[in-house]
Amino acid sequence: MTTDAVKQPRGLMALANPTRFLAFVQIVLPYLSLTALALLAVGLWMAFSVPDDYQQGRTVRIMFVHVPSVWMAMSAYMVMVSGALGVLVWRHPLADVAARAAAPIGAAFTFLGLATGSIWGRPMWGTWWEWDARLTSFLVLLIIYLGLIALWHAIEEPAKSARMAAVVVLVGALNIPIIRFSVEWFTTLHQGPSVVRSGGPALAPEFLYPLLVMGLAFLLVFLTLHLMAMRNEILRRQIRTLQRKAARDHRTGNSK
Amino acid sequence: MWALLIRDLILAFRSGGGAVTALLFYLAVVVAMPFAVGPDTNLLATIGGATLWIGALLAGLLGLDRLFQADNEDGSLDQMMIAPIPLPAQVFLKCVTHWLTTGLPLTLIAPVFGLMLGMDSISIGASMATLFVGTPAISFIGAVGAAVTVSLPRGGLLLSVLVLPLCIPVLIFGVGAVRASVTEPDPFLPPFLLVTAISLFFSILGPFAAAQALRYGSD
Repeated sequence: MTTDAVKQPRGLMALANPTRFLAFVQIVLPYLSLTALALLAVGLWMAFSVPDDYQQGRTVRIMFVHVPSVWMAMSAYMVMVSGALGVLVWRHPLADVAARAAAPIGAAFTFLGLATGSIWGRPMWGTWWEWDARLTSFLVLLIIYLGLIALWHAIEEPAKSARMAAVVVLVGALNIPIIRFSVEWFTTLHQGPSVVRSGGPALAPEFLYPLLVMGLAFLLVFLTLHLMAMRNEILRRQIRTLQRKAARDHRTGNSK
Repeated sequence: MWALLIRDLILAFRSGGGAVTALLFYLAVVVAMPFAVGPDTNLLATIGGATLWIGALLAGLLGLDRLFQADNEDGSLDQMMIAPIPLPAQVFLKCVTHWLTTGLPLTLIAPVFGLMLGMDSISIGASMATLFVGTPAISFIGAVGAAVTVSLPRGGLLLSVLVLPLCIPVLIFGVGAVRASVTEPDPFLPPFLLVTAISLFFSILGPFAAAQALRYGSD
């Protein structure tokens, strides 16, 4: 494959080659997935051993799934944004693979965030759903995810679908700051930020630490799933290339 | 430049153009509403602003998939790309044409439909004002979706899925302004200005993103 061994790229740039990326994934994936599982177990154990909240009682534990899911839903979109920039600026094929692989995972986390929020909202707010700014903008995020997945599937040619989707990803990125600041701009039912805010976290330490552990565990889970999805996408493309090649060879009568 | 504007205007108003169809569609949506919610006049008047806005949004989306498609089919799109005028400027003009043929007529006919829905004069005026400043945003946001889906055989559905979520802020503040004009303590101006801001913002972002997508789609 690498005939031009004159200038071997080093460091992260070396991973831009799909073959080398696959080898890297093969090495990293077992450690990453085991760490993610272990951290998830620890996080869950910590989440279940926190004392009941004096107002929310037992339901406060939903937070340990809800908040990390939402973080990951937005982080996955940022991964797609960086992938989109990689497609448009450097025209790099792996950037599209990264963006495309992040979309279903991000959509799943978005759905998880909406579902857990709804289950949490029922006992706390007395309603499954409220059309407030945070919830609405987050639902819009889910629709954007699904629309993008549909767009990626609608355009056959990979290079073209990559660039088209990248444009839409960048335009849709406007929604991310809206989600982030919706609770500050509008007076709504959803509470304001309590972890990342000026003046330090407003959460008591016994709730904060399990939350951070769960956040880290979710991040590792996302990375694991993302790398696996990227690997599958690369393999899928290689299979398609091989199939086309085989079909061409077959038609031209074993020219090879 | 003006030639492009005039050409598109003529095409839109000829038979087969989308301008008249969009108006008819608007009428159909507004007429369907009383059947859906029942002939309660008070209720209809209350949701009148929302009905006008939903109808305008859907009617605006209706013609969007043809925004670049006809030009793509007969090759004028390639001509536009090699023309000396920057492509974003041409896209901007095409959006203006789309607005002149859908958004503006929808705004002008809104009072008639408002009377049919039993709205009072203040909320009709507010609806017209917000539609006037809000419908350009639909054209400009839609241009991005139209450019992305231009080469797809059935891009219309996908276009709506992509464009509708981005139009939701326009809808929220547009309807919010209409409602605020009737209910006393809420001020009308802030949501109205927000709608204007969204339109102005997308009048810049939309043409550039759409032009970029058109270039990517052509090669």
